Amino acid sequence: MSRIPATFARLKAQGRKALIPFITAGDPEPGATLPLMRALVAGGADIIELGVPFSDPMADGPTIQRASERALSYGMSLRTVLALAAQFRKEDAATPLVLMGYANPIEAFGIAEFAAAAAAAGVDGVLVVDYPPEQCGEFTALLKRHALDPIFLLAPTSTEKRCAEVAQAGSGYIYYVALKGVTGASNLDLDEVSRRIPAIRQKIGMPVGVGFGIRDGVSAARVAAVADAVVIGSRIIEEIEQAPSGQAPQRVTALLAGIRKAMDEGVKS
Amino acid sequence: MQIPDNSRELPDDRGYFGKFGGIFAAETLISAIEELRLAYEAARSDPVFRAEYEYELKHYVGRPSPIYHAKRWSEVLGGAQIYLKREDLNHTGAHKVNNCIGQALLARRMGKPRVIAETGAGQHGVASATVAARYGMECVVYMGSEDIERQAANVYRMKLLGAKVVPVESGSKTLKDALNEAMRDWVTNVGNTFYIIGTVAGPHPYPMMVRDFQKIIGEECLTQMPELAGRQPDAVIACVGGGSNAMGIFHPYLPHADVRLIGVEAAGYGIETGKHAASLAAGRVGVLHGNRTYLLQDANGQIIETHSISAGLDYPGVGPEHAWLKDSGRAEYVAITDDEALRAFHDLCKYEGIIPALESSHALAHAAKLAPTLAEDKVLLVNLSGRGDKDMHTVAEKSGIQF
Repeated sequence: MSRIPATFARLKAQGRKALIPFITAGDPEPGATLPLMRALVAGGADIIELGVPFSDPMADGPTIQRASERALSYGMSLRTVLALAAQFRKEDAATPLVLMGYANPIEAFGIAEFAAAAAAAGVDGVLVVDYPPEQCGEFTALLKRHALDPIFLLAPTSTEKRCAEVAQAGSGYIYYVALKGVTGASNLDLDEVSRRIPAIRQKIGMPVGVGFGIRDGVSAARVAAVADAVVIGSRIIEEIEQAPSGQAPQRVTALLAGIRKAMDEGVKS
Repeated sequence: MQIPDNSRELPDDRGYFGKFGGIFAAETLISAIEELRLAYEAARSDPVFRAEYEYELKHYVGRPSPIYHAKRWSEVLGGAQIYLKREDLNHTGAHKVNNCIGQALLARRMGKPRVIAETGAGQHGVASATVAARYGMECVVYMGSEDIERQAANVYRMKLLGAKVVPVESGSKTLKDALNEAMRDWVTNVGNTFYIIGTVAGPHPYPMMVRDFQKIIGEECLTQMPELAGRQPDAVIACVGGGSNAMGIFHPYLPHADVRLIGVEAAGYGIETGKHAASLAAGRVGVLHGNRTYLLQDANGQIIETHSISAGLDYPGVGPEHAWLKDSGRAEYVAITDDEALRAFHDLCKYEGIIPALESSHALAHAAKLAPTLAEDKVLLVNLSGRGDKDMHTVAEKSGIQF
């Protein structure tokens, strides 16, 4: 059983929303990933999304592209990402872990082999950006057979009918893309998110996480007021890029703790 | 050879050619792709749209393009007779414009005032900029910064035509990265923007739509060959990068089972060196840029950098219909090295007074290999997909000449 539903249930009981940070595995170098994952948990992460680097990340903005390129320059692969996940799981039995990436490295690995290996590594959910549900039925079934949650995206342009279909295929949570654009873009319209999310949440009967373009406590708190989870990626990777040597984990913990605080206070008030 | 009866009916309504094709795009693009699919579905069966497209091809592009019997070169080679489909004589100098006219008309019909395109060699960028000027649309072209350096003249052409050329600095800084960047633009400006993909790749309906707009090439050949040669060719030969000119000339010949269809990929420095762009010859099936097809990738599924002397063939994937034609056995695919292509380039200049594009020179080079093995009454039809003016710089450099 994936750790994701229990996590959302616990947060709901506490009247809190989930904070889901994203980092790219192997960025800025493979040795940095485990300390950064610990730092994310220390900063208040409820679920971690771990990016599987890909040479052609079409849905990502420049920040996550750079992270992928740095990781790939060290020969990072899906196999080594799974090894990192397994190591993390040995020391942290509780925090749900979601792998996020693109279809080709998974197909090269073999979809059945991947589902088995991800489950063995203690992964809880998988989000494949260029696998819309109607193209990957076999993959989704494999994930479910291994008690992994297939997590799908919804977008501002998704129709109501589409939202229902996507929700039908997924489990764990739905990742709502908050803006028309790529990860880390600056055209986030919080009013639009606030208008759209309640209706989607009501329809799909599954937690809704919102990501793309959320950069600080203020925007995180506003999203947390309407959604079940807030996803932050590019902003964290910028923090890692800018941190002086050796200080990235502390900086990331501090950044996340500030956002966590704003979300908890904002939601309660 | 087994030819499925539905060979001309593909893709199926989910956008698949056998196991290839599909719609492998992020959710952020799904509604735009669906909007395009519906708009194209309506346009392709609308006689007004068809008439407009044909009018533009005749009066603006200069179609039909002629077929020319390359008699001298055929004599020198000694064997089969080589005929050239002269797409190089189109306005803008290549087959690319056929598709750009079609997609720009569709964009106009959909009320999209802004078009974007990716380009490698610059031919598709120039054709997109051309039609955007013709229809009064804003045009942004994404081009890898490496290609911008290699193709300076085409960059200037696009600017003259009023397009904005955006250098792409990510990844390998070539065509595949320009495609990634165009997709990112499309996602961001999805309301007012039409993405003109230049080849028979991308999410459905692009592979089908681009093929439909290019198949005028083969349709003309079906009428022209009997007039000129007294019969259909024994083989049709075309170069394959993404594969749009090849799909355009192959498709109307699919039901003609006795006509061999031969696609020619870029072997670069040689397949064995790993520095090539022959995804059908040396690739594995995977997912990139919205479709499932043969891809050049490493053991971990990362897309690898390709090499070809011809920027237009320098792409790690191939259109899904070619992948299907390869697996079904209806078409054969071979590869030609940089050096072989250059030799054919010079030979066509020397014996026929035609300067071919380096892309098309790959098809010519294979014809030059094949012709001497066949009797003099055999007929080879080569798609001369573009003219070589854009390649002066590359060819001169290879010959040790500096301008």
